Amino acid sequence: MHPTDIRDPDYFHKVVDCQWACPAHTPVPEYIRLIAAGRHADAYMVNWRSNVFPGILGRTCDRPCEPACRRGRVEEGNGEKPEPVAICRLKRVAADLKGDVRARMPKKAARGNGRRIACIGAGPASLTVARDLAPLGYQVTVYDAEAKAGGFMRTQVPRFRLPESVIDEEVGYVLDLGVEFVGGRRIESMKALLAEGHDAVFVGCGAPRGRDLDIPGRQEAAAHIHIGIDWLASVYFGHVERVGRRVLVLGGGNTAMDCCRSARRLGGEAVTVVVRSGFDEMKASPWEKEDAMHEGIPILDYRVPLAFEHEDGRLTGMRFQRVRAEYGADGRRSLVPTGEPDELIPCDEVLVAVGQENAFPWIERDAGIEFDRWGLPVLDKDTLQSSLPHVLFGGDAAFGPKNIIWAVAHGHEAAVSIDRLLSGEDPRERPAPAVTLVSQKMGIHEWSYDNDISPEERHKVPWAPTELALRRIDLEVELGFDDATAWREAQRCLNCDVQTVFEDGKCIECDACVDICPMDCISFTANGPEDELRTRLTAPALNPTQDLYVSGPLKTARVMVKDEDVCLHCGLCAERCPTGAWDMRKFLLHTTQAGPSCRDARPEAA
Amino acid sequence: MTWIAKPRLHHPSLSRNAVGYTRRDYEGKVSTLCAGCGHDSISAAIIQACWELDIEPHRVAKLSGIGCSSKTPDYFLGNSHGFNTVHGRMPSVLTGANLANRGLTYLGVSGDGDSASIGMGQFVHAIRRGVDMAYIVENNGVYGLTKGQFSATADQGSVSKRGVANSDAPIDLVGLALQLGATYVARGFSGDKTQLVPLIKGALGHRGVAILDVISPCVAFNNHAGSTKSYDYVREHNDAVNRLDVIEGRAAIAVDYAPGEAIDVVQHDGTVLRLRKLDPDYDPTDRLAAMAYVNLHQARGEVVTGLLHVDPAAADLHGHLGTVATPLNQLGVAELCPGAAALEKINAGLR
Repeated sequence: MHPTDIRDPDYFHKVVDCQWACPAHTPVPEYIRLIAAGRHADAYMVNWRSNVFPGILGRTCDRPCEPACRRGRVEEGNGEKPEPVAICRLKRVAADLKGDVRARMPKKAARGNGRRIACIGAGPASLTVARDLAPLGYQVTVYDAEAKAGGFMRTQVPRFRLPESVIDEEVGYVLDLGVEFVGGRRIESMKALLAEGHDAVFVGCGAPRGRDLDIPGRQEAAAHIHIGIDWLASVYFGHVERVGRRVLVLGGGNTAMDCCRSARRLGGEAVTVVVRSGFDEMKASPWEKEDAMHEGIPILDYRVPLAFEHEDGRLTGMRFQRVRAEYGADGRRSLVPTGEPDELIPCDEVLVAVGQENAFPWIERDAGIEFDRWGLPVLDKDTLQSSLPHVLFGGDAAFGPKNIIWAVAHGHEAAVSIDRLLSGEDPRERPAPAVTLVSQKMGIHEWSYDNDISPEERHKVPWAPTELALRRIDLEVELGFDDATAWREAQRCLNCDVQTVFEDGKCIECDACVDICPMDCISFTANGPEDELRTRLTAPALNPTQDLYVSGPLKTARVMVKDEDVCLHCGLCAERCPTGAWDMRKFLLHTTQAGPSCRDARPEAA
Repeated sequence: MTWIAKPRLHHPSLSRNAVGYTRRDYEGKVSTLCAGCGHDSISAAIIQACWELDIEPHRVAKLSGIGCSSKTPDYFLGNSHGFNTVHGRMPSVLTGANLANRGLTYLGVSGDGDSASIGMGQFVHAIRRGVDMAYIVENNGVYGLTKGQFSATADQGSVSKRGVANSDAPIDLVGLALQLGATYVARGFSGDKTQLVPLIKGALGHRGVAILDVISPCVAFNNHAGSTKSYDYVREHNDAVNRLDVIEGRAAIAVDYAPGEAIDVVQHDGTVLRLRKLDPDYDPTDRLAAMAYVNLHQARGEVVTGLLHVDPAAADLHGHLGTVATPLNQLGVAELCPGAAALEKINAGLR
């Protein structure tokens, strides 16, 4: 293998698995350390820069960081089952305990730059674009059909998961930057909007249409069958206050989980979730499924809906076919009937949460924006520009339903595109992130980070008592960590952003690092092709998603090979190294955001 | 010296040996030696060797004297028996322990100061008697604990960190061991564990006195140009006569060598020492030839490493004395004090 080029920002970024997995690349270990230090406001601001909605995401994020967390790999055999750091919960702690941060927010632009941007939909994608561009002097107008900004974060996520005060606060920080919000105005025509002469238009209107289920009985029993996302919005607006005694929720995603838990709180005594495929394949996050089952909601899998049963316009139940999964020679799964008799589940009301799709009835097909055969806009994946270069898409409107953190990531990227485009630069050239790499050595045995690895297992977040929680739709269920538990959970973080950096010229090959490494990460061996090298290290490197860090040739012609897979970043290698060939250096990566730093030519500050 | 404890977390694929322990179960406390000390590598090699040999940690007795090297038993085999003796007196205390309980594996750890100066007499007598032990000398050629004076094994003409040349002739522990009839004599290098671990395994499995001299650079005081016990010097002047594989008394994993390139030495306990010859003329079973070879190459400034001599049919102290096979602590009062009648009988036999 060639020596690893650690100047490539991606190399060390990949080692910080959580940050790499986060679509917005939030510097997770950095803010966790700040939480451990009791610097909650600082931790909040680190989050706010990346993901804009720390309080909202600390409650609702889909948490791609957690399955990636290295802690979930190294605890194997140490705890009952390996568990990642409760990253999302810690994010919430910073938001809950930060105090007043208004003074730390960017100021309104002193004067405008004369450019006008329209954002369609006031959800996380549009608000991120607005947040990035407004302080630069852009005049940003956000349009939404609802009276309040927040998009589906406000109307679709139930209040027992996300209190409205949190939304008001964090949406407010964005609007306070001098963003104009036009509520209660649905954009009906893209052409008309374009005619208003905006310099750029950002479409962040989400995927607002829930899929229906067109099977026998749908029309006849329509009064008792609701599309899940619409029903959740109706609950939010107070149009729906009650639900039938027996409720079926169809679908296996997070919307289905929100529907069933809401139904439980609105008087549903027997609420049941029914999914077509297997429990393990459900799209809902594992914790959402757990929470639903904790509230006494059974999840029945492998049942294909056949018909709505009804009597005199009244829904009486639903008929399902029992199926099982079979895998063909090509590995593709098909659901085949088990041969058991169809199952009739009696019910009074059905909530359909079987998916969402995009709909752009308001974009005229001759407006110059191309659509693919699934009805999604044709976009440049990096710049998010449509075939009209100054019309960009982001969030669910761009590539179909994802989640809030993806919407935020799209918002940042679109803002960079707009800023470059309107500065006369090519948006397809994406500026590199800002990276710093600084030694953490303070003295002979002192490091500026806490490298004493906590052996504790993941802490559980306290819940409101179930009887109480099920009585009120607006009572937040998760109570969040207190400061002391947050500190202990933060101690589980392995500081993966504090990197082991090796300088081959200083190494005397004394083996001290190999001997002390608790995880058998380090080997000194003859070089070879990667596949072969992986098999003959101190411990075989069996996780190909994690890199090998390879040095240049040493005096004995061998190379140092470090498997990044299970490194604890404890720094014992650097602590033991007599020559300083190993060092622990903090890697901090900030993604490029709109502003002077994203431009090639750097004009004088406005 | 390290201040934080080694985390308990370990590699997910860490495996267990035949007696149910992971390699980490053979570790001791965190070392307080200087960062990069060769002795820590020897500790790691001992841990690896004991794990590979499936020795239960509590079936090992580790004894040492005084010095950097003699501190190291605290840093490995935390669950075994240990005794830190007076300076240089490790061999006598070990001899006593061995006579009382022959059921344990005896590991003597010493240094060039402990063995070649104050403990010289003890060193030679342990060999002369053939005490069943693995005697590891962690040899760095200086008194590291007292800031780097030359020890008795420092080569004549080698230069100290302060720039002073050594005027005295060195004591060669390997040469002494060969001359006194040690039945397993080897030299290793702390910077080459591939060679060292099998040498330790062979020594632990050998019945009789096994002397293992390990060159272990002192990073603080003896790892500079002019030193003959530095990483660079040993690597440049290493003359390895063989590579050892230790194959235990079960089916060997076949590694085929062309005839003439490997010789197998079967020991008492069925252990096979498979020697891959690096020097075609070197025969480790011929003690006199080994002495000549080692002396010749030593004179040229080369460091001869590998298994230098082995006598597979060695007898040990228990054999010489005809002692009882059962450890003394397992014998009852009736056996240990058979009474007046038995004494009468013995006395009658002497008349």
